[in-house]
Amino acid sequence: MNQFKMILRLAWRNLWRNHRRTLIMIAAIVIGAWSMIFMTALMRGMVDDMVADGISVLPGHVQIHHPDYRDDPTIANVIAPPSGELLEALGGAEVVAWATRVRVPAVISSERDTRGVTLVGIEPLRERDISFVAGDVVEGEFLTSPDDRGLVIGRKLVEKLETGLGKRVVVMSQDQENEIADRGFRIVGIFESKLAQYEEGFVFAGETVVQKLLGVGDQISEVAILGSDYRNVETLFRSIEAAAGDGVETLPWNEIDSYLGSMLAVMDGFVIVFIVVVFLALSFGLVNTLVMAVFERVREIGLMLALGMTPRSILGQIVTESVLLLIIGLVIGNVAAIATIEPLKDGIDVSIVGEGMEMMGASSVLYPALYLKDIVMANLIVIILGFFASLSPAWRASKYDPIRAITKV
Amino acid sequence: MKSVTCKQLCKTYHQGEVEVIGLDHVDLEINEGGFVCLSAPSGGGKTTLLNAIGGLDTPDSGKIWLAGERIDTLGKGELANMRLHRIGFVFQAYNLIPVLTARENIEFVMEVQGVPADEREKRSTAILREVGLEGLGDRRPAQMSGGQQQRVAVARAIVSKPALVLADEPTANLDSHTAEQLMELFVELNEHHGTTFVIATHDQRVMRYAKRVIHMLDGKVVDDERRDVA
Ligand SMILES: Nc1ncnc2c1ncn2[C@@H]1O[C@H](COP(=O)(O)OP(=O)(O)O)[C@@H](O)[C@H]1O
Ligand SMILES: [Mg+2]
Repeated sequence: MNQFKMILRLAWRNLWRNHRRTLIMIAAIVIGAWSMIFMTALMRGMVDDMVADGISVLPGHVQIHHPDYRDDPTIANVIAPPSGELLEALGGAEVVAWATRVRVPAVISSERDTRGVTLVGIEPLRERDISFVAGDVVEGEFLTSPDDRGLVIGRKLVEKLETGLGKRVVVMSQDQENEIADRGFRIVGIFESKLAQYEEGFVFAGETVVQKLLGVGDQISEVAILGSDYRNVETLFRSIEAAAGDGVETLPWNEIDSYLGSMLAVMDGFVIVFIVVVFLALSFGLVNTLVMAVFERVREIGLMLALGMTPRSILGQIVTESVLLLIIGLVIGNVAAIATIEPLKDGIDVSIVGEGMEMMGASSVLYPALYLKDIVMANLIVIILGFFASLSPAWRASKYDPIRAITKV
Repeated sequence: MKSVTCKQLCKTYHQGEVEVIGLDHVDLEINEGGFVCLSAPSGGGKTTLLNAIGGLDTPDSGKIWLAGERIDTLGKGELANMRLHRIGFVFQAYNLIPVLTARENIEFVMEVQGVPADEREKRSTAILREVGLEGLGDRRPAQMSGGQQQRVAVARAIVSKPALVLADEPTANLDSHTAEQLMELFVELNEHHGTTFVIATHDQRVMRYAKRVIHMLDGKVVDDERRDVA
């Protein structure tokens, strides 16, 4: 392709023939690219936050339960603690952390009030690596061992029960024989959560203490396992599922918490829809610019064809011009997007507009998340679709009849 | 051998209801190394004939051979290739690419042909001097006078040393001195390289150099005058 240099030269010079038009088009591409990347980063940040919160409060990335537990999350549906092959799998490289829990519906009473909650018996040291509770204890202490006799509860619940740190409460549930089982606990720690429902709905006690209370020996409600990336749990899930066997139900987080799971899928789809919509707006401008450019150059295109340049080279010129335009716009747009997102990495306070977002499970501070994958996708979509959009005006130019084009007035 | 042979070329243009005769049963033979002027008043069919010979326009009927090869049956791609490698063009309507400098315009055909850069530069430098545009190689068409632009167009047509040069009113914008310089250049190429020239013109200054003048009127060849050149 010995004409490539000339095609590039012609495309580049033609690009700057109408400065104003070119600059406007570049500005449009810059704004388009910037908004694509910026909006994507915001949305990603929001979803990551929601999912991370959701996962850290409840599921872990993968969970193992009794097959009936999800329909009936009571002490009737318990499983044996991990052993043998499963224990080996939990020691595998993909597993970042894991813990067992006993989880049952319960009633908590102070001398003032009574509430329904979920009582979770935990292995404090293991749980520390998986869920939020340990880190979010703002008053008092977190539990120290499965034998710990204390209770950790949420700030909102403390207020509702009109109780406080160091006070005693009674927790009541049913044991496996459907007999009432109750026990007094001292509140040793109070946690706060971004989500009101967690602060009100969960109380944490030592696992062994809860097992004793409910008379289940060493049996547990669930094993929660954390991998390295919530978007990529498939391998982890498969290896755990294989090791856990058929007697239990093994599920990835997005199936356990279908709200979070579908939210993530919807957001991923939304990101692509957004990019495509922005692109469509851009492509109108792009195609229009090229049609104008080709129309203004009918005579010289005719001349080049008459002198023996191939139609393919003419097509190449117009497409190259368009791609140059896109590249310039994208480079500036990318730099602008990264430059605006970087300083906002520490969080954007959207609490003014964020009341409703908390209900959706998002926090009122947004942390934009810039993923290389998203940047690459936005750029590729613009370049590839831009290439195809420019084919039509370029094709038309290449089909000109040289003599008619050259004598056009 | 014949450089150009035309048999019974006809071309009719349709402008709405009106039919305009472009070429009317033109028979023509031009020898290799010929130096031929097509002379006709405006609208006589000169451009139409040059376009047919140059493979830019297909006649309604009739046959055309260039150097023994039938061209009116060739496909678009083959015609483009033939134009690129065998014919030098000076067009009447439009000649230069505005975003290229004089030198780049001159080198355009060679570059499309794939002539190496140093060879192109050597030849374009020489031809710039020969057409009297030394030092103006970096100017763009918009920065040159009509006559200078015309000389760039001529330079481009001959710089690639084609076997046949088709020039449509090449001296239209030139003063007498430059016109004569150009004609001297044509003659020299004609004599030293055997390049065949077909020049459409009604300029007496040009016709003085012709070995043969073909007179046309309303698309017909009306006279074929062979001369001993002065
Ligand atoms: N594209 C065209 N459409 C209609 N008529 C044309 C076209 N080109 C040339 N003609 C007509 O054909 C005739 C010959 O034109 P042309 O070959 O350009 O003559 P010349 O070059 O000798 O001035 C003229 O009558 C002209 O009006
Ligand atoms: Mg003419």
